[in-house]
Amino acid sequence: MASLRDRESLAAVSPEPASSDFTGVIDGTLQRRTLLKMMAVGAGALAWPAGMAYGQSGEKVLRIAMTLSDIPVTTGQASGGAEGGRFINRSIYDALLTWDLSQADKPSGLLPNLATSWSVDPKNRNRWTFKLRNDVKFHDGSQFTAHDVLWNFEKSMNPNAAHYDRLQARNAANWLVSVKSAKAVDDFTLEVTTKRPNGTLLYELVNIFYSSPRQWKKLGGDWTKFAFEPSGTGPYKLVQLVPRNRAELVRNADYWNKSMVPQHDRMVLRPMPDANTRVSALLSGQVDLVEALPPDAVPTVKGAGMQVTTNVYPHIWPYMVSHLKSSPFSDIRIRKAANLAIDRENLVKFLGGLAVPAQGMVTPDHPWFGNPTFKVKYDPDGARKLMAEAGYSKSNPVNVNVTMSAAGSGQMQPLPMNEFIQENFRDVGINMSLSTVDWEALRSRRFAGAEGDLNKGVDAINYSWSIQYPVFGLIGQTYHSENRVKGYNWGHFSDAKADQLARNALDAFETKEQNKRLGELHSYLVDNAVWVWVVHDMNPRGLAAHVKGFIQAQSWFQDFTRIRIEK
Amino acid sequence: MLWYVLRRLAYVLPILLGVSIVCFSLLHLAPGDPLTAVMPEFASDQVIEQIKRSYGFDKPVPVQYLLWLFNVLSGDLGLSQVANRPVLDEIVPAMVNTFQLAAFGIGLSLLGGIGLGLLAGYTRRLVTDRAITTTAIIGVSVPHYWVGLVLIAILAVTLGLLPAMGKAPPSGGFGLNDIRHMILPGVTLALIPTGIIARSVRATVIDVRKQEFVQTLQANGLPPRRTFLHVIKNASPTVLAIIGIQLGHLVGGSILVETVFAWPGTGYLLNNAIAYRDIPVLQGTILVLATFFVMLNFLVDLAQPFLDPRMTRQ
Repeated sequence: MASLRDRESLAAVSPEPASSDFTGVIDGTLQRRTLLKMMAVGAGALAWPAGMAYGQSGEKVLRIAMTLSDIPVTTGQASGGAEGGRFINRSIYDALLTWDLSQADKPSGLLPNLATSWSVDPKNRNRWTFKLRNDVKFHDGSQFTAHDVLWNFEKSMNPNAAHYDRLQARNAANWLVSVKSAKAVDDFTLEVTTKRPNGTLLYELVNIFYSSPRQWKKLGGDWTKFAFEPSGTGPYKLVQLVPRNRAELVRNADYWNKSMVPQHDRMVLRPMPDANTRVSALLSGQVDLVEALPPDAVPTVKGAGMQVTTNVYPHIWPYMVSHLKSSPFSDIRIRKAANLAIDRENLVKFLGGLAVPAQGMVTPDHPWFGNPTFKVKYDPDGARKLMAEAGYSKSNPVNVNVTMSAAGSGQMQPLPMNEFIQENFRDVGINMSLSTVDWEALRSRRFAGAEGDLNKGVDAINYSWSIQYPVFGLIGQTYHSENRVKGYNWGHFSDAKADQLARNALDAFETKEQNKRLGELHSYLVDNAVWVWVVHDMNPRGLAAHVKGFIQAQSWFQDFTRIRIEK
Repeated sequence: MLWYVLRRLAYVLPILLGVSIVCFSLLHLAPGDPLTAVMPEFASDQVIEQIKRSYGFDKPVPVQYLLWLFNVLSGDLGLSQVANRPVLDEIVPAMVNTFQLAAFGIGLSLLGGIGLGLLAGYTRRLVTDRAITTTAIIGVSVPHYWVGLVLIAILAVTLGLLPAMGKAPPSGGFGLNDIRHMILPGVTLALIPTGIIARSVRATVIDVRKQEFVQTLQANGLPPRRTFLHVIKNASPTVLAIIGIQLGHLVGGSILVETVFAWPGTGYLLNNAIAYRDIPVLQGTILVLATFFVMLNFLVDLAQPFLDPRMTRQ
């Protein structure tokens, strides 16, 4: 028996089956037997197990349930954070660089993509030169050139440009903050000038994607229309967009990177914010792959003969603590004690094994881990000793106020996890009060910083974080002397040596040296216990048995092109 | 009759004005900065100011309200902060989806609610009445999203008979596949209105049957079938008012049911707008739904005198 997926995917392209030709209406009178027959057939048809009508097409369709509640913006710079980048940007578009997502056993690094090579002018380290591929075509058939890169920079950076798009500007602003200007030296040579030396520029440009200027013009210069008929250079072409319902993408058979031409014909993206709905959709065969499988559904999904993939990725579930004088966490002994008080192994068990105990911002095998001397581990006696030195004990606890969210991007299961840690803290003399706000309100509080009015009396926020980028993950939150991002250094950690180490990392232009310097910075941050680190998520995904070839990379992004549908 | 219509209309206008003020106030009453959800994290102060200006947040609040009201009256509900699409373009397809589900749900509720209510009203204090009343109370009391999850678990996951979630893929028309996708959310949505309608119909039928004119009709030897029609006619204004309110609730969409079934209607749209703090969509959706609710009740008020002419004399 064919499954629901065939029916679902093909209903979009197949006409409804013709209704049966009933006999029995004689002279306008419906005979009772005929009526009963019609009712039985009608009920049977409604409850017809899926796919019986449409099982013959043979089209290989991959249907994915996202956690987002809408399809991310499809014009080039997707909304929806990493999920938007994962499903829309990387599918329809390309960046100058890409992530190496071919292996599961090491953190993903950067690879050339639309740019084949790059160099920094040794005399002026603000000037970067990129050599671009000359065999790349947009979905509309036009050639991709350096002039298109400039046009796309303008759409996000120049409010006076006719094609400036406020929405894309907003989504791209994070990644263009250090770019001062750019010019096309020739059709396939691009020069980018930064505001000051920035060795991490490549990690920023990997998030800038290129839409076709010709398609935008063809559609009358209307980005709203472009969203429904976009043209990028990516491995998929968007063929249908129904907001809040679905996006359908088909294989771009002419994709320039032959190793990444999708191994299925069509990819259907369905927004499903509710975790139970995603699980039901997977179990009932309505989708083939679900994001963020809830831990308690893992046995059910496995029991149904389906696959669960997990892997550590650059995610941390921490407490960003306030370093202001008014906060108990301004005392390094209390910060260290909090780090030693958490029984991470049992917390991971509580999470069904779907997390990894944290020893810092990144995992110890990460090139940025370095060699911290302070070991983040479960050591309640050590924690009590530090608390005693600070003047506190279980009978005389220090009070800390923590703000958390009930749910949110990467927040895992905030309430039970915080309650678990609350008990751990109580054992060593830290009395943690929790206040819960919604995710967007928590984001507001993070942007405001510890000294903001919204955070009066708040000593820490429980806010999950991405460590995929050097600035996002390490430099931004610690580089106090140049806190270019409001809310990155939420706790206002201010330390001259940390600033210097951050500057050193930005000044490194060669990967190995940059990793070494980032390791030094990370070691210093861990040794100063700037945050309380808890766990890294394992990001479980559920896959139907017939989904083959998926490699879950250690990244916020994944390569879905290699997935085969084998039934 | 004209006076009656004008009087009802006079109630409607201040309500709508109040709704507009409440909707606009959402922007400033919600905790935090209204632009938080859309502001880039790395953006410079210059970019932040530029984005604020482009949204008009640099103007005084009363000016913002008047500009917003003027735009709303000219059919412009603004742009979604998250999707950058016109709010009206977001609301219209969502309302169509919710209307489909609401029509299906109210159809089921009417069939079930009126049928069961009449049966209970005519069998008062008998086992049938007690069974129906108990079922109706359970229907009203059990969280409907939970029933939705149970229905999904049995009919979609275990038996594989119906789709677990979502709306059918667009196929250029309305067919069997669309109906299949509507059954589980429609039944879930119909649960509460069915219970409420059944209880109201039962109570009204019992009341009407106690009235003297019914006893007179019976005493004069009118057949029960004819008496039943008189009971129905006299019960209908109350039932109509309740159906109007329930239809309003259903068209408003259920955030929980639409989220559980990933049904892209107004409830789902509202949930999305709340989660991402997309205030223009939130304002627009609430405004449109509240206006619809008010107008629906206005129409019900207008329809009632046709069923009960005494109302125009009050």
